This record gives sequence, structure tokens and C-alpha cells, in this order.
Amino acid sequence: MQTLSSLYDQIVFLLAALILFTSFVMLAQTRLISLVNLFALQGLLLAVTTVLVAVVQETAHLLVSAGLTLALKVLLIPGLLHYLILRMELHRTEDPIRRPLGLLLGAASLMVFSYYTILPVVHLSLLATRNLIAASSASFLLGMLLMISHRQAVSQVVGFMTMENALFFLAVVSTYGMPLVVELGIAFDVMVAAVIFGVFFFHIRESIDSLDVDALSALSESTVEEIQQGENLPQGE
Amino acid sequence: MAWLVNVLQIVLFVAASPLLVGWIKKLKCWSQNRRAPSILQPYRDLAKLLRKETVVPERASWVFRLSPYLIFAVAVLACAIVPLLAVHLPTAALADVIVLVGFLALARFFQALAGLDVGTAFGGMGSSREMTIASLAEPAMLMVVFTLAVSMGTTNLASAIETLLHQLPLIRPSFVFAALGLALVAVAETGRIPVDNPATHLELTMIHEAMILEYSGHHLALIEWAAQIRLMLYGALLVNVFLPWGLAESFDPSSLGLGLLAIAVKLGGLAGLLVLVEILLAKMRLFRAPQFLGFAYLLALVGMLIHVILEVG
Amino acid sequence: MMTPRFSLGFLQDSKLLLEAWLGAGLGRLRQRSRFIAATLGWIGLLLLALLLLGRQVALPFCLLSVALALTSGLTGLWADKYPQLVAQVCFPLLLWSGIAGLTGGLIAATGQFSQEITLPFGLPWLSWHLTLDALSGFFFIVVSAVLLAVALFGPQYVREYESGPYSPGLLALATGLFVAGMQSVLLAADAFFFMIAWELMSVASYFLVAYTHEKAENRQASFLYLLMAEVGALFIILAFGVLVGFGEGFTFAKMKATELSLAWAAVAFTLGLIGFGMKAGLVPLHAWLPEAHPVAPSHISALMSGVMLKVAVYGFIRFSFDLLGELHWGEGLAVLVAGSFSAVFGILLAFQQTNLKRLLAYSSVENIGIIFTGLGLSILFYSEHKETLGAIGLIAALYHTLNHALFKSLLFLGAGAILQRSHESNLERMGGLISRMPVTAVLFLIGCLSISALPPFNGFVSEWLTYQAALQVSVLDSGVLRSFVPMTAALLALTGGLAAACFAKVFGVAFLGVPRSHHVQRVRRLEPLSVLVGMSWLAGLCLVLGILPASMLRLLEGVAISLTGVGLPSSASHGWLWLVPVAPETASYAALWVFLALGLAWILAFRLLYRNGNRAERLAYPWDCGFGNLTPRMQYSATAFAMPIRRIFAGAFVVREEVEEPALDPGRGLRYRLHVDDRLWGMFYEPVAYALRFGVRYVGRIQMGNIRVYLGYSFFTLIFLLWVTS
Repeated sequence: MQTLSSLYDQIVFLLAALILFTSFVMLAQTRLISLVNLFALQGLLLAVTTVLVAVVQETAHLLVSAGLTLALKVLLIPGLLHYLILRMELHRTEDPIRRPLGLLLGAASLMVFSYYTILPVVHLSLLATRNLIAASSASFLLGMLLMISHRQAVSQVVGFMTMENALFFLAVVSTYGMPLVVELGIAFDVMVAAVIFGVFFFHIRESIDSLDVDALSALSESTVEEIQQGENLPQGE
Repeated sequence: MAWLVNVLQIVLFVAASPLLVGWIKKLKCWSQNRRAPSILQPYRDLAKLLRKETVVPERASWVFRLSPYLIFAVAVLACAIVPLLAVHLPTAALADVIVLVGFLALARFFQALAGLDVGTAFGGMGSSREMTIASLAEPAMLMVVFTLAVSMGTTNLASAIETLLHQLPLIRPSFVFAALGLALVAVAETGRIPVDNPATHLELTMIHEAMILEYSGHHLALIEWAAQIRLMLYGALLVNVFLPWGLAESFDPSSLGLGLLAIAVKLGGLAGLLVLVEILLAKMRLFRAPQFLGFAYLLALVGMLIHVILEVG
Repeated sequence: MMTPRFSLGFLQDSKLLLEAWLGAGLGRLRQRSRFIAATLGWIGLLLLALLLLGRQVALPFCLLSVALALTSGLTGLWADKYPQLVAQVCFPLLLWSGIAGLTGGLIAATGQFSQEITLPFGLPWLSWHLTLDALSGFFFIVVSAVLLAVALFGPQYVREYESGPYSPGLLALATGLFVAGMQSVLLAADAFFFMIAWELMSVASYFLVAYTHEKAENRQASFLYLLMAEVGALFIILAFGVLVGFGEGFTFAKMKATELSLAWAAVAFTLGLIGFGMKAGLVPLHAWLPEAHPVAPSHISALMSGVMLKVAVYGFIRFSFDLLGELHWGEGLAVLVAGSFSAVFGILLAFQQTNLKRLLAYSSVENIGIIFTGLGLSILFYSEHKETLGAIGLIAALYHTLNHALFKSLLFLGAGAILQRSHESNLERMGGLISRMPVTAVLFLIGCLSISALPPFNGFVSEWLTYQAALQVSVLDSGVLRSFVPMTAALLALTGGLAAACFAKVFGVAFLGVPRSHHVQRVRRLEPLSVLVGMSWLAGLCLVLGILPASMLRLLEGVAISLTGVGLPSSASHGWLWLVPVAPETASYAALWVFLALGLAWILAFRLLYRNGNRAERLAYPWDCGFGNLTPRMQYSATAFAMPIRRIFAGAFVVREEVEEPALDPGRGLRYRLHVDDRLWGMFYEPVAYALRFGVRYVGRIQMGNIRVYLGYSFFTLIFLLWVTS
């Protein structure tokens, strides 16, 4: 039993690392399609974690949330995003990042930072889940960084969902999930959010003919020259 | 007995490395629906080069003549450090993995000098590119080493592998990243697609081939052979550090035989992966290589951070 | 017959030794065996003195060394009248100064003792205190080892100046004072004498930098050098001031006893880091270094880059490890960051240079960075009370200090030899020198291999030790430090890779290929023996320290013990061939065995393959993919070699490229200009200079030019002071 539980811990750690890693790689993606695929992969990892926790900790309702995760975050939302990208012919546009290595180094230091901030909590927490808090908080911050550093609206949606994934992961592994009602509510929220985003994409594009969120500045009263100057500035800093 | 096994391993390394290259070529041909040359073809090539007359450019200095021997000697020396069949070899304690990286850098330095020695444009171009890529690959490589060293508490390959063997079953997330990082570095250092293409002689894309353009005869044979040994070295490093199962811990014939079988299977599988990558990817242009290696560095860095965050506590 | 002549005749033969120098070089000497006998005789005499007097001779030897250097300098006063004095007296005196210093330093560094002496000079209430301990002894070795080579190399090199427009006397005077100043800094044991020696070193070297003063940029470089040296000295005085102000007095012993609060210790440390870092060339305080070092005569550049920077490192170690004592981890982190940054930045800029001596100067910035990385690690570990690991970091830094002194001097002397033979310092016009200066080429190659941190040479050993120290971070409690330190180690690895690329460029472009200019093509094959002996001494040490590192490690361990009281637990456990800094299962490196194994593999390859009837080589025109008609200009140039790195790390430089096309004949005779500048000039120095100019404009207003107003200033100052004191 001892070895089994340590094996369980190891696998959870590995999954945490992989989820963190997918967030990390998403940050460096410039292709929207691969970004969405990575997001789906992250969802899959999340679902696997949930199933694992459900089986080992014998909490049956987690199986339901695992199913929900699989349906929503692996199939439905990525599928929806795929559809949107193809529909809007965004699959060939790049979402350029300035100084990708700098961004990734920043992300790495963000990981250290989140570890540093979580340190007091880690000392208080239960033995089994210590450090997972740090990993998921880092993943959360990376999702936020993704939203800041990318320009396409699709990337921002994915960044938002990544943040949600990180929180969900934390909830699953540290407290074995939230009450089922809450989880259902959140899942429903996420789905509604995805649909609303989809609708908004069309509206944004109709009004400004692009999904580049920087172009939204055109709606303010500044002149065209200023926007063009703004485009020359480094992004996301 | 230990010394015997040691010598045996070095000989095996040197002798089997063309076989690995032959196997990779064979797999590649199969996967592309081509008729494959014999798996022994690299041996024939080497034998032919060794028999042929050696043409030396008239303006070449002693650096040009010395380098092939040095490169080959370094490759053989490295075989004494990286475990192939068994863990505890007497020569493994001579040098740790940082020294290994250092000696491989020494060989590369002389190769670059030999490229510059003849004073052709291609040679200099190859040297410049090789040194550029190497200088970026080296930090990534050492970052992988550091990740290993910090979690194992040693830079000695034999000690690290022994610790790993006795801690099984164990899944270390940091190792997954380190392994990926090392794989990327190995691709760059051994001049495979997508960083360099060992089969190209197109002027503007070649890196390694440009440096050795003026070599012929047994000089070329030595350099080619050393490159094959280096490929096998990185392969052995990858599989034996990250999947150490099957490595012999004692020197009796049965465990050595098992070790031989294990390494053959592991390297064969790794070759399959390599071929898969090579047929799926196109060669990158030179200035994409920094991003590739930067990614390798970051993988190793993330591995290190994850080790600190998740595994230490 | 030989023995009696040998035993008695060596004193007589010493005349011959002097004659050898009269002939300015060993090459002219017919009776080499007698010369060798005389040298051996002198060495025997030294050993005898050692045997009879024991370790007590250490300090007298060092003082003798200083005195000889001073005498050498003072002899220079007459050298304008008798120019041959420089080669015949000044340099031999420096040679003997080097030998005496090396002996004294070796005795002091190997023994656990310190000798003190008080000289009745200086202020009435503060005579000069001199102390020789293991740390000073080690740095005496560094100074003397390089001094020996320079003294052997110099006579040939300065011949050029004997007939030129410059004063040979000034050169000799400033050299002697410069060396004496550096040696006195190492001996100083009170703040007052330390600063006098420090200023002697700075000002004397200023005259050396300004020696070829007819070019405006040389004058500019020397001014910048003097300016920054003096600003640095001010910081050092302030740093000492903090210790003196809270303590009892000016001697180091009393300063050591000073108890400082955490904040004041940090202030003192920062001041010291800036002051000594400015002299050592830490980024961003390095601006003077690449300007000043290339301008000085080459053997002086070797002394400046090889030794003077090390004296600054000595000052830093003495100040922080010895005088301050208790260090905080934040200070270690600051040193670590400054060191890593200097290392990467230095080598990136070095790689882009085409002037050989300027390239070497930037590479000094890199190596100083590596040394400070080691020191930073050491401070980190000491502050967390991991003394053993701190000792490893300190030993790595000291080892690299010695190594850098050796190979950088070797490379500067090599650059000097090239400069003397071909009058060329621009890499773009060199090439093919390996056939024209074959022995110099081998020695230069050893220098390049050592500085690129390639085994089996010495540079690798010290970098290996630094890595080993960095890899022990898991003992630190703080997770942030644990994840941060390996990143700096990886930066060190990047530095190593770039250094290898940089020096492959240097050697490949300068020595290999074919000459890129006529005057390099016309270089005659002539390599004076004394020059080669000087360089071989350094190259030999590079190899020996690379393959027999354990004995050096033992010596440095003694230095670490004398400084902090803790050594390495397992350094002796494996015998003298094995380098085992932490524990045998953690890491080991048997450099000699690896070297021999490499040789064995080489011989085997050679025997197996060279025998096979393929001995016959056919010489042919280079193939070059069948293009043919190669001209020297088709070779890869230094600029082209560095282009990929220039592009990849574009953020580190300010790159300006211009292409000019002549209007008359488009398409032909294109001119391409490339300027790669230090980004820190614009980021750091220009704002400072601007602020200074701005401030000066205001201050300048009180300077009216009216004598009565000035008298008024004095008057009011006097009144004010009287009021304050009453």
C-alpha cells in the first residue's frame, strides 16, 4: 500500500508537471490550431488526473467531473474553436510573439516566483499535496501571461480556459474536487463562456475586420497614426 | 574482469556504431518505400575510404592532418566514459559528464580549425555555423546535466545510473523534461534533421559537411567514423540515463548478455524515433536553430524548476 | 670534469648569463650549456637559502622582489641616454624580481603562517605595515609567473621602441614602478599603504597606456583609464573609510576586528565591489578596459590583463573575505549576477572584435566574470554556513585567477609577437601565420585551447570546479536560490561555448588559411628564442595545471584554510592524480589518466590506420566543391565568422552597417562598413556623462574668473571653518 500510494503521488506529480508544461508550450505557440490542440491535450491530462484521483481516493462524483472535463475541454470547446478558426480562415495567420525566448525566460522566472509566494502555504499544507499548489498556481499565472502576450482573441480565450484548468486541477488533487453542484455550475459557465466568445468573435470581426485585439484600440478616439505607432511597441510588456 | 569488460565495451562502441547508422538508413528507406541498402553498408563505405588514396590540399597545415586523429581519439575516449553494457566500469570514474562535454568540445574545436585551415569559403562557413550551434547547444546540454546532477547529487554517470536503478520504479517529472531537452541537444550535436542534414551537399545549407569538404581517404574515414560513434554515444546516453533497465550491474556473462540485448533493443527503438522525426520534419533554416536550442535549454530549465518545486518540497 | 666546473664556475658563468641579456636574447648565445649551468646554479643557491633559513625567507624574498622591480624602474631613468640599458639591465632585473617573488610566494602560499614587518615610512603615527600570508603568497605567484615570461619576452619587443620617437626610459621606469606597485598592494596590511601602492600601480600603468601618445584615440583611452581608475580608488577609500570609521584604526588587523551592523556592512561591501570591480573590469564598469589594454605595448598589455586585474581581484577577496568577514547571501547573489553578466557580455563583445588585442581585452572582462561567479558562489555558501562548499567556490575562483593570468598573458605576448613581425593587429588582414611563425602558432594554440575551457588544459579545470560548486546548490535552504544558481551555471556554459567559438575564430583566421594582406605574406620566418622561451613557460604551465590539477588544488586549499579556516574534506582521499572536490561518488576527474588515455587512443588510431599502405598522401589544389580559382579574399573573414552570433544576440550590441556603392562604377568596388558597439555606452556611460556635464554647467557659475571673488571664497571658507572648530 505504501508503494502504491507513493506511486500515486508520483503519477500526480508527473501529471502536474505535464499540465504545467503544456501551459508553458502554449505560451510559445504562434499557430492558433496547435494552440487549441495543446489546450485539448491539457484537458485530457486534466481528465486523466481526475479519473486517477477518483479511483484511488474512491470519490465517485469525481468521475462525473472527469466525464464533464473530457466532454467540454477535450471535445466540445476545442472543437468549437477549431470550427471558428476554420470558419474565419485564421488557420494560416500567425500570432506573432516578440522575443519568444525572452517571454519563455519570463515564464520560467514566473514559475520561481509562484513557488516563492506559495512557500508559506506549502509548509502549512498536507503532505500529499504540498508543492502541487505551487505548480498549479504557476500554471494559472502562465495562463494569464498567455492572455497578455498574445494578440489574437482566440489565444486569449485559450489563456482564460488554461487559468480555469489550473484552478480545477488544484481543486481535484488537493481537496478531491469541489461539491458536484459547484463543479457542474462551473462547467456550465465555461461552456456558456465559450459560446459567448464564439458569438463575440463574429461581432468583433464584423466591426473591425480582424481578430487582433490590438486593433480594438481603433474603436477609441485616437488617430490612426497613434495606433500604428502602438503596433511598433513591444507586445505584452 | 572489469577491465576486460571495459575494453570490450569500448570495442563494441567503436565497432557497432556504423551498424546503428546502417539501421537508421534502413528504417528510413523502409518508411519512405525505397529499397534499402544493406545494413552493413556503412562498414563498406568506411573500408573503401580507408583503402583509397588520401588527397590533402597543398596549403593545409599540420592542423588539417592532426584533426581527424584527434577527433577519432576523443570519440574513443568518450566511449570509455558512457556506460553501454555495464554500470561499474573502471574507466567511468576517470571523468564525469562535464568532462565528457568538454572533450567533445575539444574535438569540435579542432574540426572547426581544420575547416578554416584550407582557406576556402565553404570550410569557414561550416566552421562558423558549427561553432555557433555548438555554443548554443552547450548550455542546453549542461542544463540537462545540471538537472540530473542536482536531483541525483552527482555528475558521475555511473553513480547517477546506479542511484536510478535502485530507486525504481520511479517517475520523476523533471527527468521527462531533461530527457526531451537532451534529445533535442543530441539532434543538434550529431547534425541530424532538423538542424543539419547529414546527406546534403547543397552549398548553402550544409554545416558539418562544409567543414569536412576537403577531407578524403582515411582522414575522411576517421571523421565519418567518429561522427557515427558520436551518434551512438548520444543515443546510449539518452537511453541509459533515462531508461537504465537492463544495464549489467555485475560482470557475469548472463547479465552482460542481458545488457547487450537491452541496449540493442533500446537503441533500435530510439533509431525508430529518430527516423520518425526525420521523415516528418524538414530541415530548419540556420537562424531557426537558436530557437530550437533555446527550447531545449528551456525544457531542461523547466525540468530543473519542477525538480525544485515538486520533488524537493 | 664537468662537476667541479659546474659547482664553482656558475658564479663566474653568471657573467655569461648577464651577457646573454646584453645580447638581448638567448639566440645569440653560443655556449648554451654554460648558460644553463649558470641558471641551475642560481636556482640551487636559492634552494640552499631556503633550506638553511626555512620559511622565514618568504617575506625577505618578496621584499627583494619589490626592491628589484623598483631598481629596474629607477635604472630606466638613465635609459634615455643609454637605450641598451632597457634590455640589458631593466628586464633582467625584472626577471630576477620574478624569480624572487615566485620563490617567496610559493613558500608563503604552501605554509600556514603569516609574516609581518613594519617599515618606518609614511605618516608619523602610522608606519607602513606589510604582511605576507597564504593569500598574498598565492597572488605573488600569479604576479611573478607572468612577470618571468614578460621579462623574457620584453627585450626583443622593446627594441622597436629604442629607435622610435618614444622614450625608452619612460617605458622602463613606468614598467618597474607598475610592477613594484602591484607587488606592494599584495603586501600592504594597512589602508594607507594599500592606497599608496594602489595609486602607484594605477598611475604608472597610466603612463604605459599613454606611451604611444601621438594618436588622439590613445590619449583618449588613457584619459578614460585614469579617470575610471581614480573614481574606483575613491570608492575603495570610502569602503575602507566605513571600516575605519566604525573601528579602531587603519591597519588591516584592526579593521578586521570592526563590528558592523548589517546595513553598514552592506554599504561597505557595495562600495568595495564597485571600487575593486571597476579596476577588475566588471560589467558595467568595464568601459576603460577594452580601450586601454590594446593601446599599451603588448608585454604591458599582458601585465595589465594578466596581472593588474588579478590584483583587483586580490583586493576584493582581501576586503570581503578577510576584512569584512561575515557576509550576507544577498551580497553573494549580487556578485554572482555581476559575474555571470560580465562573463556573457564580455565574450559576446569579444567575439565581434576584429582587432586582436581589443578582442583579448574584452575576453578579460569575460574571465573576470567567471572569477566573480566563483566568488559569488563562495560567498553564498559561506553565508549559509556551508564552509566546505564555500571553499570550493573560492578555490575555483582562485584557480581561474591563476589560469587566466597565464593564458591571457600568453595570448597577449603572442599578439605582440605577431604585431612585431607583421605590424598587424587586425585579424582581417592576417592569415597563414602558422607556416611563418610555426612555434608561436603552437604556443598560441595552447593559449586558445586553455582560454576556451577545453580539456586537458587548465581553463577547463577551473570551470569544472566552478560547475561543481554550483551543482551543490541543493544544500541551500532557499528554493529560489536553488533554482537560480543553476541558471547562472548555464550562463557560464554559454560563455564557455562562445569562448570556444571566439578563439576558434582567432586562431583560424590569424594562423590558418592563406595571408589576407601583402605585409603578412612577407613575414619572414624568424622567431627569437627568448620570446619563445617566455611564451613556452606560460604554455607549459597551462598544460601542467591542466593535467596535474590536484597538487594546485592542495595549495589553494591552504589559501582557503588560512582565509576562512575550513578546507575540503576529501581532496586528499584519492591521491594526487584525482581531482575530487566534494566526494568521490559525486564527481571525480583524473586529468592525467584521461590525458594519457587520449594519447593512447590517438596512438592506436594512428598505428592502425596509418600503417595500412595509405601513407601516401597526394597534395592537390583544394577542391572547394569544384569552384576553383581561390583568392585569399574568398576565405571566411573574422567578421563573417562572427555573423551568426551577431544576429542571434543582436540585442547585446549596437550594430551599424553601411554599404557604399561608388556612383561611377556601380556593382564594383562595393564598400561595406560594420560597427559593433558596446550597448552599455549608451545605456550607462552617456547618461552619466550627460548628467555630469549638466551639473558642471551649474557649478561652473561660481567660477567667475575674478581674483577678488576667489579670495572671497577662501575668506568665507576660513570664517566658516573657524566657526565650526570653535
